[in-house]
Amino acid sequence: MYDVAIIGAGVVGSAIARELSKYQASICVIEREEDVCSGTSKANSAIIHAGFDAACGSLKARLNVRGNAMMDQLAKDLDIPFQRNGSLVVCTKEQDPAGLETLLEKGKKNGVPDLRIIERGELLSMEPNISDDAVCALYAPTGGIVCPFHMTMAFAENAYTNGVSFFLNTCVESIAKTADGYALRTVHTDTKEAETFEAKIVVNAAGVYADTFNNMVSSHKLHITARKGEYCLLDKDAGTHVSHTIFQLPSKMGKGVLVTPTVHGNLLVGPTAVDVEDKESLNTTQDGLDSLTATASRSVKNVPMRQVITSFAGLRAHEDSDDFVIGEAADARGFINAAGIESPGLSSAPAIGEMVAEIVTQLLPLTEKSDFVSTRKGILRPETLSMEERNRLIREQPAYGNIICRCEMITEGEIIDAIRRPLGARSLDGVKRRTRAGMGRCQAGFCSPRTMEILEREASMSIYDITKNGVGGAIVIGTNKEI
Amino acid sequence: MKNYDLVIVGGGPAGLAAAVSARDAGIESILIIERDKELGGILNQCIHNGFGLHTFQEELTGPEYASRFIAQVAERGIAYKLNTMVMDISSDKRVTAMNREDGMFEIQAKAVILAMGCRERSRGALNIPGFRPAGIFSAGTAQRLVNMEGYMPGREVVILGSGDIGLIMARRMTLEGAKVKVVAELMPYSGGLKRNIVQCLDDFGIPLKLSHTVVDIEGKKRVEAVTIAEVGPDRKPIPGTEERYTCDTLLLSCGLIPENELSKSAGVTLNPVTSGPVVGDNLETNVEGIFACGNVLHVHDLVDYVSQEAAAAGRNAAQYIKNGAKTDARTVEILPVDGVRYTVPKFIRPQEMDDKLTVRFRVGGVYRNCSIATYFDDELIARRKRPVMAPGEMEQVVLDKKKLGDYPNLNKITIRIEEA
Amino acid sequence: MSTRELTCIGCPLGCPITVTMEGKEVTNVTGNTCPKGDAYARKEVTNPTRIVTSTVRVEGGVCPMVNVKTASDIPKDQIFACVEALKGLVAKAPIAIGDVLLSNVAGTGVDIVAARNIPAK
Repeated sequence: MYDVAIIGAGVVGSAIARELSKYQASICVIEREEDVCSGTSKANSAIIHAGFDAACGSLKARLNVRGNAMMDQLAKDLDIPFQRNGSLVVCTKEQDPAGLETLLEKGKKNGVPDLRIIERGELLSMEPNISDDAVCALYAPTGGIVCPFHMTMAFAENAYTNGVSFFLNTCVESIAKTADGYALRTVHTDTKEAETFEAKIVVNAAGVYADTFNNMVSSHKLHITARKGEYCLLDKDAGTHVSHTIFQLPSKMGKGVLVTPTVHGNLLVGPTAVDVEDKESLNTTQDGLDSLTATASRSVKNVPMRQVITSFAGLRAHEDSDDFVIGEAADARGFINAAGIESPGLSSAPAIGEMVAEIVTQLLPLTEKSDFVSTRKGILRPETLSMEERNRLIREQPAYGNIICRCEMITEGEIIDAIRRPLGARSLDGVKRRTRAGMGRCQAGFCSPRTMEILEREASMSIYDITKNGVGGAIVIGTNKEI
Repeated sequence: MKNYDLVIVGGGPAGLAAAVSARDAGIESILIIERDKELGGILNQCIHNGFGLHTFQEELTGPEYASRFIAQVAERGIAYKLNTMVMDISSDKRVTAMNREDGMFEIQAKAVILAMGCRERSRGALNIPGFRPAGIFSAGTAQRLVNMEGYMPGREVVILGSGDIGLIMARRMTLEGAKVKVVAELMPYSGGLKRNIVQCLDDFGIPLKLSHTVVDIEGKKRVEAVTIAEVGPDRKPIPGTEERYTCDTLLLSCGLIPENELSKSAGVTLNPVTSGPVVGDNLETNVEGIFACGNVLHVHDLVDYVSQEAAAAGRNAAQYIKNGAKTDARTVEILPVDGVRYTVPKFIRPQEMDDKLTVRFRVGGVYRNCSIATYFDDELIARRKRPVMAPGEMEQVVLDKKKLGDYPNLNKITIRIEEA
Repeated sequence: MSTRELTCIGCPLGCPITVTMEGKEVTNVTGNTCPKGDAYARKEVTNPTRIVTSTVRVEGGVCPMVNVKTASDIPKDQIFACVEALKGLVAKAPIAIGDVLLSNVAGTGVDIVAARNIPAK
């Protein structure tokens, strides 16, 4: 019997797990995929929003502004790549600048600091590639960019270090009320073995599937629509095309797309917004990718779309109420939702963690730990070291002298770290998200056979069990002449 | 910091041939830096035959061709470092490299030869829509898995792109037990050699669909199906022409790009057409003492031409090390027009160049019964009829130093494709 | 009289060749640029052959696979039989280029030889 079972190891589930791991409690996280950060958390704009966009008084507004404020300390404690690059909402000449005033007022009410409207001259000096049609912009210096993989993994690894159990490849099939809580019947996605987890409290952080789980135990039905967003990621050569996160002032043409540098130095363009039936439809579409090119040019000129290195799609969990749904289900005691976490979900995740932990501790009196480890070290990046430090490291661990990914210059040492650390990587995507090996311009063409060799050795895996992204995604299927 | 007269970045066919010729031209202090665990480069995974007809007058497999140059390097006692990645090259020819044993180290070279080869265009760069499951490989990655490691990447295969590696892999996968269902090619002509279409596709009844591309990839974890469609003259898919193929693998053979990161870091100017350095007749880049050859300079069709070009780079680098630069030499630009996409070299120095200089280039489309015409300013100098020219195959013009001597006031050389 | 259009595979030029035949007799070959093309065309329409390359697993070597080839060309219709004969074959390192790893493959009278040097581990 666990005190708390959390469904979902995305950024929300992981942030909640980390907050709860400050207490003396038995906690588990149950995740359907083979790795943490495998759903919406892995495919989004990688933005820490300032918080001027959400409706005043909404959970989105409150938690976004709070989450944003928490990021500096969290980035320091948990070694998360984060940068306050500032954001701009651009108004073009055919748009009404009053829209910016509205945003400014909303932002002030939401408590966003230092917002101001800037005119074209200043805008142009900040962003030389801004569209010729841009006349003014709302500037939010607190806006930031983050690595969503590392943010999620940092929460999860730190929670793990503080005693939280993670069950990956474990799919919750049904939830039943028991005398002192809930029984979660699960199936292992690979072995198909059934296992039941009992917990006093269940936290539902299941992303686009949070409605399914809520509706198993509550008559207050939720309805979540998967809203697809397609993105293009551009080469690092294009990474300095803009330095701020450039939003477009919403118009009758739609919300527009953002153009932003990433913390790793690429340029990101997206997302589209299309509601889809299938909650697994993470495919990109020709129409979607074409529309990005056209729409991006409204705010930023000459976006070098020929330098796209990959495109991807993510699904936002849009709940009908248009706000986050956080709290105990009214008719299901001990069942706490963290549902409908669409944008600004990543920005709000730290605050959602706090809020849910507070709700849990009200329901279940828990004692704070005296030995909580509040910090976590990320994967050592040798490129941040001086040549002397780097050579010292290589003498101790020669694997740091061996480059595996030639595009991102990732060493074998980093890949070994990614595999051996808590909740370590077990797939090519797992290695990629932790180290960036395979995320560069050749998109793993060069390093994947080499990474497979390291996984085989370090994780004692059979070559046939090494997948791109979990069960069913094997890379090789047999030997020559024997398939 | 160590010092070498000549550092060669890359131990593939280009780097090996450059090293041998530089040594034969009298340079003692040479270091080849190779990132892989053995010399030979990509030839080690090219196990098909057909290499070396020009160089050795026989048909060799890739590893056999490489082994002959490796033996020449060994006979001459030329130094090399394996498993070593060059991290940076500065414009003053300081090379930063790293490996397990030596850590990160710097070498000051008098001359550098860039011979890093090329890489394959990825699915991402092609921006093919659809899911992103396992089972999508560049043809070269699949080639490495099958030929070097003995692992099969799939059972039922669709190939996009008819570049030579794609054609070769169609045959390899078939021989090793897979079913190759179709090869789709965006352009109205193949990007590979004609002989490879005969021996790799026709021999096995594998259909080649020209003017087709992949419009969708299905499968959440592993590829389950690929949809291809015909494209119009604008290379955009024509609605209603979609054909769906169930398969577990998609191989991509959609072009090669010079591995130009180090060239850029050294401050070398690149030609936007080839993505490789702009060089003159001696294969020197705009950065004095930095030379380039092989696929990092421009993507070749035959390794024999790589070896020839690299040997020239080795000789020229040796010349530079011994005699320094001739910075005041008169230059004449070569203009590629009317179907000629680019030329390597981009300019010549009529007084300094070799007696016979091979200018290589590719054409931008398929030309039947046309001629390659060379003009000195407006005067037609040579005209050579070619029954067929296609982008998959390199063409060449040989310039004669003596002849150029008759044109002391020459401004430009033009190479163009003309109706026969 | 019949004609067949071929693409020569003798070298990368890939000459388009037209072969004219009278029954099973070749009466004319055009389109080739060298004598090799003529020879190829005559053989291709009467007894087509190919060099086959493949891989064989290695025991005790620095690499897991060695690439191999038929020492000379074999009848085209024996390609699959030739590859099938390599199934399960294991070569012991060290291996040198030219080492015969399987003689008279699939009854063609042609040997399978190593096309790469593999030192022992």
